[in-house]
Amino acid sequence: MEFFRIKRDIPFMRYALVLNVISFVTFALAVFFLITRGLHLSIEFTGGTVLEVEYAQAADIGRVRGTVEALNYGEVQVQNFGTSHDVLVRVPIRGDVKQSEVANTVLTALCKAEAGTVSTKQYTTPQGEQVSRPSCATAAGAEPLRLMRTEFVGPSVGSELARDGALALAVTVLGIMVYLAFRFEWKFSVAGIVANLHDVVIILGFFAFFQWEFSLAVLAAILAVLGYSVNESVVIFDRIRETFRKFRKLNTPQVIDHAITSTTSRTIITHGSTQMMVLSMLLFGGPTLHYFAVALTIGILFGIYSSIFVAAGIAMWLGVKREDLVKANKDHDPNDPNAGAVV
Amino acid sequence: MNRYPWWKYAILAIALVIGLLYTLPNFYGEAPAVQVSSGKATVKIDPAVTARVEQALQQAGVKPDFVQLEGNSVRARFADTDTQIKAKDAVSKALNPDPADPGYIVALNLVSRSPAWLARIHALPMFLGLDLRGGVHFLMQVDMKSALAKKAESVSSDMRTLLRDKNIRHTGIARDGNAVEVSFRDAESRNAARNVLGDNLPEMAWQDVQEGAGDPKLRGTLKPESAFKVQEQALKQNITTLHNRVNELGTSEPVIQQQGVDRVVVQLPGVQDTARAKDIIGRTATLELRMVNESAEAQAAARGAGPVPFGSERFVERGGQPLIVFRQVVLTGDNLSDAQPGFDGQTHEPTVNLTVDAKGARIIRDVTRDNVGKRMAILLFERGKGEVVTAPVIRSELGARFQISGRMTTAEATDTALLLRAGSLAAPMEIIEEKTIGPALGAENIAKGFHSVTYGFAAIALFMCAYYLLFGVFSTVALGFNLLLLVAVLSMLQATLTLPGIAAIALTLGMAIDANVLINERVREELRGGAPPQAAIAAGYERAWGTILDSNITTLIAGLALLAFGSGPVRGFAVVHCLGILTSMFSAVVFSRGLVNLWYGRQKRLKSVSIGQVWKPQADAGRPATEN
Repeated sequence: MEFFRIKRDIPFMRYALVLNVISFVTFALAVFFLITRGLHLSIEFTGGTVLEVEYAQAADIGRVRGTVEALNYGEVQVQNFGTSHDVLVRVPIRGDVKQSEVANTVLTALCKAEAGTVSTKQYTTPQGEQVSRPSCATAAGAEPLRLMRTEFVGPSVGSELARDGALALAVTVLGIMVYLAFRFEWKFSVAGIVANLHDVVIILGFFAFFQWEFSLAVLAAILAVLGYSVNESVVIFDRIRETFRKFRKLNTPQVIDHAITSTTSRTIITHGSTQMMVLSMLLFGGPTLHYFAVALTIGILFGIYSSIFVAAGIAMWLGVKREDLVKANKDHDPNDPNAGAVV
Repeated sequence: MNRYPWWKYAILAIALVIGLLYTLPNFYGEAPAVQVSSGKATVKIDPAVTARVEQALQQAGVKPDFVQLEGNSVRARFADTDTQIKAKDAVSKALNPDPADPGYIVALNLVSRSPAWLARIHALPMFLGLDLRGGVHFLMQVDMKSALAKKAESVSSDMRTLLRDKNIRHTGIARDGNAVEVSFRDAESRNAARNVLGDNLPEMAWQDVQEGAGDPKLRGTLKPESAFKVQEQALKQNITTLHNRVNELGTSEPVIQQQGVDRVVVQLPGVQDTARAKDIIGRTATLELRMVNESAEAQAAARGAGPVPFGSERFVERGGQPLIVFRQVVLTGDNLSDAQPGFDGQTHEPTVNLTVDAKGARIIRDVTRDNVGKRMAILLFERGKGEVVTAPVIRSELGARFQISGRMTTAEATDTALLLRAGSLAAPMEIIEEKTIGPALGAENIAKGFHSVTYGFAAIALFMCAYYLLFGVFSTVALGFNLLLLVAVLSMLQATLTLPGIAAIALTLGMAIDANVLINERVREELRGGAPPQAAIAAGYERAWGTILDSNITTLIAGLALLAFGSGPVRGFAVVHCLGILTSMFSAVVFSRGLVNLWYGRQKRLKSVSIGQVWKPQADAGRPATEN
């Protein structure tokens, strides 16, 4: 099998201007949504309380929301988690409310709505451990809902996490820029990082637009994808340098077109393979890994696009010349294995 | 040209064997066990306890798989949960004759079912995080009242020093809850004292008190903002101390976080029961240095012949003898900056070497100068009960560094140092909520993570084999080898695997295939350029190496940044991600090359390689030029 039978170099750079305009519009939209809608940060960042409740019957989200809102805890979120039986309730931090009591109050209210009362239930697990947990039971002895998990995060922890996350992003960007500048030259370094930050902003834009939950796992996914899609740019830059050396008669756009065309096959196959893995996570990973996989998917797709059109395009606008990359060693051997990596 | 020397194959074979050996324990699962650990700082777990457990089990007619001493606990493994519960009751009855004051914590636990020979080469299964296997979760309440009382106590001792330094005579300092009261003979000295105290102790608010014809008094109360600060600091210090304690005792990836104003959450993944956790956290001891009261009345009181003198308290020494100690605290654990076990240069006795901060050094110097030849007690308060760790005699004036020696074994010295070094808590803590997340909850997450990796791997394997034929098979085997190595390294490091960690494994595998795609594409390209097969393989691997290195370094930069700044789940992700990048470079380049060399290397007149169709643009597009 050979998927890519490209006879002539595809004139990618002819469309660079149009595509860059599209990129810029997407980018601007992402920034716009980030500013107007903001990220829906998970309680890991904002602090707050989360309750995961499992209902015996499919849960009536509207009623649950009504019950929790009646408690006046501010902007409470109620949604399904995985299945229609599981409900996730998020309560934000309020200065005047004691955090540790929120979960209990909410549980009591939810239980009351199902005509039950909360009591402490003691039982022994099959493993032989004594466990006592709050349980909600109706007069008939049925258990209409079960508290699966509660989580409180204090505000100071959240702000620390947000700061660390920003720091991690900054260090990654700086590290990659330094590496690219050292490995190639500053024009590529700038082009590569702009292209990939463009990806990051677009991922964030998606999360802002759809109000998907932005958790620590999503942050990890974004940083991982940043490192991953930069190497896409690296491969193309490597090829550009190689082409500059091999074909002395081509002008810059032609060199870039040739470099991109000859790496297309590898790009699509590699990203396809990675995407297969991510898709598997998206399908089988359950609700915990859902947004992690979503962030990776967007990151991988935009990573391909931005490496081809944005990074190379910016390098071209910045005026990459043969002299920038092929210096001093005029008597170089094109077959020298140390002359630079190629695909 | 495509041959490895024998030693390269040997290295690959060794890596394979090691990978298999260290991955193996993860497949054995776990068995029910009973774990005995110390319930008090002063109760030691030693081989004698193992013997007692064995004896107790024998008497109850319960047969364990083994009983062994592991770190600071004794574990007995059983075939099923029924025997486990029976054994727990028997052991608990035998070791704790008085249930109200348990010296040992007996609890149910899980231990690896893997055979002993694997454990002997330290091939142990990975730890599973709280989200995968369940674990214990504690909510701890910091006793803020006692933090404030302690602050008042230290203020009153500061006052004593200040007034003495300034030569202001007073008739007594008393602590009343969180307030301190000084009484004076005349209003003049009270005014002088107010100025001095107001300047030097800004966190207190001073107020004149005149009760009828009594002595003029000055009452100091902690200002609300400084009280708040004291509480905040107490909580911060307790969290730091818990971190130290948990870390020193080698628990993997614990989560210790503030919750609310006066609570601390402690999560210990991989701990199935509360005993080990309580053993670690329960030693929430506060440390105080106080002088021993050696007056005649005190000695009489120690013998039980009289009442405990005013301003003193009665404690029990480790050996069981009573000791009368002044209430006044010389130094608290706050001032202790380090404690290390060591040996005395002259007597070669085990010692505990202590270092105190500047403030502590000044106090120690003052106190020891005046009290050479007297005894100073180091008291450890655990769950409200004080115990004398040691009460050494002061031999000379001491400074910032000093040592405790005598009547100690090396192990005792190490224990004492650990307790002192782990820092004392600013205020005692009590566990007010205890949650054990059962393995059933985590089992679902394990299944989800496992399915993600399996199906993703299968999809990639299928595609690679179809697209690159035999080279695809080599790539797939190399990817499998990568997974094996990664799991083996994680097991070796005893890393904690979480759901984000599994996600990182999946992602790393998805990214690792990139290296093989690069190599295979390059080999094809060489073939397309007309290179003979052997040369194409060699050139393909060599040329692709630079790009593989580049791409892995950029990914590694992001991984390291995550590792450095991440916390909790992100850290778990980053560890696996970084390790995966390193193992993938080895497996994708060295291992897959080894496979290719083994297969093709010896064939001198190799005509074609099985790498799928190589299409040449100049040939007729409809008819492939070389089909292998």
